[in-house]
Amino acid sequence: MASLAPTFGRGAMTNHWVDIKNSNLVLIMGGNAAEAHPCGFKWVTEAKAHNNARLIVVDPRFTRSAALADFYAPIRAGTDIAFLGGVINYLIKTGNVHQEYVNAYTDATFIVREDFDFQDGLFSGYDAASRSYDRGTWMYELGEDGYARTDPTLQHPRCVFNLLQRHYARYTPDVVSDVTGTPEEDFLMVCKMIAETAAPDRTMTVMYALGWTQHSKGSQMIRCAAMVQLLLGNIGQSGGGMNALRGHSNIQGLTDLGLLSDLLPGYLTLPKESETDYDPYIAARAFKPLRPNQMSYWQNYSKFFVSLMKAWFGNAAMPENNWCFDWLPKLDKVHDVLQVFEDMHQGHLNGYICQGFNPLAAFPDKRKLGEALANLDYLVIIDPLETETSEFWKDYGEFNPADSKSIATEVFRLPSTCFAEEQGSLVNSGRWLQWHWKGAEPPGKAKGDAEIIAGIFLKLRDLYREEGGAFPEPIVNLSWNHLSPEEPSAEELAREFNGRALVDLTDTEEPNKVLRRAGQQLSSFGELRDDGSTACGCWLFCGAWTEEGNLMARRDNSDPSGLGNTLGWAFSWPANRRILYNRASADPNGKPWDSRRRVISWDSERWTGIDVPDFSRTSPPSQGMGPFIMNPEGVARLFAVDKMAEGPFPEHYEPFESPLPVNPLHPEKPAARNNPAARVFASDLEKMGDAGAYPYVATTYRLTEHFHYWTKHVEINAILQPEQFVEIGASLAEEKGIYAGDRVRISSKRGEIVAKAVVTKRLRALMVHGRIVHQVGLPIHWGFKGRAKPGYLTNTLTPFVGDANTNTPEFKAFLVNVEKA
Amino acid sequence: MGLKLSRRQFFKVCATGLATSSVAALGFTPNAALAEVREFKLSGAKETRNTCPYCSVSCGVLMYSLGSNAKNAKQEIFHIEGDPDHPINRGTLCPKGAALLDFVHSSSRLRRPEYRPNGASDWQPISWEEAFERIARHMKSDRDRNFEATNEQGATVNRWLSCGMLAASASSNESGYLTHKFARSIGLLAFDNQARV
Amino acid sequence: MALQSLDIKARSATTTESPSVRKTTRVAKLIDISKCIGCKACEAACMEWNDLRDVVGVNKGEFDSPRDLSDQSWTVMRFYEEEPNGQFEWLIRKDGCLHCEDPGCLAACPAPGAIVQYANGLVDFHEEHCIGCGYCITGCPFDIPRISKKDSKAYKCTLCSDRVAVGLEPACIKACPTGALVFGSKEDMIDHADERVADLKGRGFENAGLYDPAGVGGTHVMYVLQHADRPQLYGLPIDPIISPLVSLWKGVTKPIAMLLLGLTVLGSFFHYIHVGPNETDEDEEENEAAS
Repeated sequence: MASLAPTFGRGAMTNHWVDIKNSNLVLIMGGNAAEAHPCGFKWVTEAKAHNNARLIVVDPRFTRSAALADFYAPIRAGTDIAFLGGVINYLIKTGNVHQEYVNAYTDATFIVREDFDFQDGLFSGYDAASRSYDRGTWMYELGEDGYARTDPTLQHPRCVFNLLQRHYARYTPDVVSDVTGTPEEDFLMVCKMIAETAAPDRTMTVMYALGWTQHSKGSQMIRCAAMVQLLLGNIGQSGGGMNALRGHSNIQGLTDLGLLSDLLPGYLTLPKESETDYDPYIAARAFKPLRPNQMSYWQNYSKFFVSLMKAWFGNAAMPENNWCFDWLPKLDKVHDVLQVFEDMHQGHLNGYICQGFNPLAAFPDKRKLGEALANLDYLVIIDPLETETSEFWKDYGEFNPADSKSIATEVFRLPSTCFAEEQGSLVNSGRWLQWHWKGAEPPGKAKGDAEIIAGIFLKLRDLYREEGGAFPEPIVNLSWNHLSPEEPSAEELAREFNGRALVDLTDTEEPNKVLRRAGQQLSSFGELRDDGSTACGCWLFCGAWTEEGNLMARRDNSDPSGLGNTLGWAFSWPANRRILYNRASADPNGKPWDSRRRVISWDSERWTGIDVPDFSRTSPPSQGMGPFIMNPEGVARLFAVDKMAEGPFPEHYEPFESPLPVNPLHPEKPAARNNPAARVFASDLEKMGDAGAYPYVATTYRLTEHFHYWTKHVEINAILQPEQFVEIGASLAEEKGIYAGDRVRISSKRGEIVAKAVVTKRLRALMVHGRIVHQVGLPIHWGFKGRAKPGYLTNTLTPFVGDANTNTPEFKAFLVNVEKA
Repeated sequence: MGLKLSRRQFFKVCATGLATSSVAALGFTPNAALAEVREFKLSGAKETRNTCPYCSVSCGVLMYSLGSNAKNAKQEIFHIEGDPDHPINRGTLCPKGAALLDFVHSSSRLRRPEYRPNGASDWQPISWEEAFERIARHMKSDRDRNFEATNEQGATVNRWLSCGMLAASASSNESGYLTHKFARSIGLLAFDNQARV
Repeated sequence: MALQSLDIKARSATTTESPSVRKTTRVAKLIDISKCIGCKACEAACMEWNDLRDVVGVNKGEFDSPRDLSDQSWTVMRFYEEEPNGQFEWLIRKDGCLHCEDPGCLAACPAPGAIVQYANGLVDFHEEHCIGCGYCITGCPFDIPRISKKDSKAYKCTLCSDRVAVGLEPACIKACPTGALVFGSKEDMIDHADERVADLKGRGFENAGLYDPAGVGGTHVMYVLQHADRPQLYGLPIDPIISPLVSLWKGVTKPIAMLLLGLTVLGSFFHYIHVGPNETDEDEEENEAAS
């Protein structure tokens, strides 16, 4: 999500599943919705059947999404920026830009600092030694009033639109085809279909998932598509948007709740170790508007932060101690999973807790992961199923060779409940918080996750109360107000993250008017205060459990507009808004761009419509407030300023393991071959293979019959796809004498696996930069535990390198060799 | 298309076929030929609404369990299908969702806490109480040894870097919220969920 | 209960007239191949509802799994990589019983009441009456029924007669995530197919059409095909008819055959007494599956 937030202000799917039916064109690229999200994909078939929509699929493989596409274009794995940059160039060259939208709702008119530069594949400020940029020059030119300078005529040579045009002028159709391997006529056909949605009454939706995130420059791939959508005016519109299809049932929720190394709930961020003072910490996050009359909603940061600390530490959080600001751990660096397993591999970690997570299978380079886990003193597994990680120390022959005696790690395996045996809420990809109910008791002695965490925490708290120890304050003062402390209930916890008034809240204008009584649940984050009078565990979820009750459990599915906006179903963050940035569905005067797709419009007094306005309800169009209220600019960013690690405009770089020795865009510049700011450790660079020994491009993926490494434990799914296989194109198979059903050995510099060969016409050889490139498909679902036939963990092969912003590993493009086993 | 019987199968069909069909044809059928459909199996079952735990489409599901919810009946889920009221899936499910029953009853479900000591090649059972105690003791001694109150520059950092945690992206917001609260209170930074992979 | 909810149109090897006074809506399932993603949700839902679990097989170099219909798999997806118009297409067909209006299985079946056709069009097997002779397989122009190795009885899709009897759609229909499977009255399904065919023609599939073969009197499971002029691309027979052997059996030869069978039953009785039941050798079966 480190690409949507820098562009639009929030890191989440902009629209929602049902809204996809309103599209005129669906672009599935960097994802495979038909297989990974079949029930969401129904809204694509619905758009085709009842909105006469067209479907384009761009993918290295002809997938089951492609099977229903009106047009399919093949692409070399890892070259999507070249493709999308080419689309940007095409749109600008052919004048297929929704110019009124772009001028009003993006930073196209903003003037960029003079010292910003881009030369030979590198932006200004690069430091090769630290593999990072000083991003100081990646900024707008500011006037004396503190506002960014703009040129509404777009004449200024350094206005964003002109810089954009210049940056992507290099991405001509022949260059695109040379880099991506997509035949030029196929690329142009895709451009032509996309360009039609620049019309105000036509929208394209983009559906993507791990096919974009799992690259060393995945965030920039997504950003590039987001920029295409802005040029076409497709954000904020029904049937448009950037639809990030999240993988797990509550991955959105856990991200919203900040369960990432550098976050706090609601996208608040943990302080760095350079930020040990409270006021500067807040000031650096409470962004002041960059243009007049803009909302810049993060100005309220302190209200969210103080309310969080009140929720966590209760009376201990006081103005005198800056609401326990010192108690929060301060970041020395981002402890993403690659960093953590690198540190673990080097012996810097003693303990690790895996709650419903199977890292031995989920992270890259299985051998390294196994070695890392063996360095631990203690490992705690909390899971409903027997994961591979929980038995990393056990010998499973070729699939997991291990010498148990030599592994000293003590492992605790604690059985947890599954969905059917618990209640609570999950946030789906479309930001809906939905409640579910318990239908049965767990098997044997299994307990719920909250109960298990409570069990560990209460023991630990007892030890600190009895014995003292290192900094016990946050532990012994953590608020734990549950009727049964050993079993915090879902209802109690949901009420806590929603937030409540701690004292009577009075109107700031009329001190005698009580808005909310002490103890009452809050109804919206607008009620939060930074004086300690409100407590709220996650401001973004405020409104989910109010005095009206549990809004996440609502089940009114009525859809009066027919556009699929069911406002009475569950609760959607923020503030029950269903389509983010919906102010942009109307023109600058407040009139819908497309009358058949009215989301909200200005009725001369207020904004009304079929959705909750993602905007100030009463700000008239004449005031000029922009639709992207989280951004200090008020508009969306074509130029990402300093928000992205490797540059404000996406640039094509080769995957770390590429069949090409150079980046065709910068053949003379080795530093610009791969993402110059990507996360990579020295010892892992040594384990990168080259095209001599590993000539084929490999990409890992998921099959519709399985879910990650869970459903191999599920009998029916094991029946539907029983045994590990790899997909090999017919031409490569012929070259190698491989027939369907043969056993083949796939090897990378990091290891090898053996699997059955599925030989298919769906993987075509591509002509890339003067050579034939074959691609090999590697489904990931097998392992050494479960009901399906035992297999290798596919991450035996994958490289330990991550995206520069999210540190997501590059699972989608690397090199392998293929032989008959 | 057409009939795909191997020669062996053909003989088998004929052999068993003749032997039994003849019995029936001569009127030795055990019962009269009633034509009833299979009994509808959900009639008295308890219905509970839930959400599919796999991908983020979040399909609504209906779980059917044995027993009326009476005190003496232990609920046993025996069928799961889509919730037709749900605006997104409208009753549909994918091959994973349609097979959720086999996840609930998977032979790989963990049923009791287990412990693997240093160097052991198999699990041994452990009680919850003992597991919590030993885990807490491990964590406390590690934390007390390695907690960093200040960094090299003397700035207050209050962090514990020698322990890490991965949180479950299929657990509920409520569990996730509690887990986050727990992790930061003990000073964890090496803390992530599946969002990065 | 069932006799009230589903009237019978025909029963195998039964000469007494079936009740035919009440008017019943004729139902149909429509499989729109142009909307099918081959996800196998229908297979999963079918197994789950009908309490079936096929074996965890092996991969033979294709996506198809289970690879064929069986007593445990009443529907399977068949994947075809074709280039019908010079352009690559991945055609995926859900295979299973078509519930013929003139069911060849029923005509061929010698066991009274083992195969029943309901007035709504469903063709149901009643295994308790099945004698395992396999004639239904011979009678079926689509190669659908399978004899179980476990109980030597014939099994196939019932179109979830137990669900339809209480007013629900079949399990596969409910599950199908993309709307490739729809269920309703046969008239409505034909209308729906017309709409789909028009849409496909608008997308360049000039020969799109409905597969509702007249040779078996039409079917209660129909297909929308992008290339209806070439059903063989999808592994469907071009012009299916009931095998002539079935009418032979039903006509001239039946009385003679019955006589012969009478003698055989005596023989098999003595065989049983002396040798025991004819059991299948498990190892032999597995070797066969692997070959």
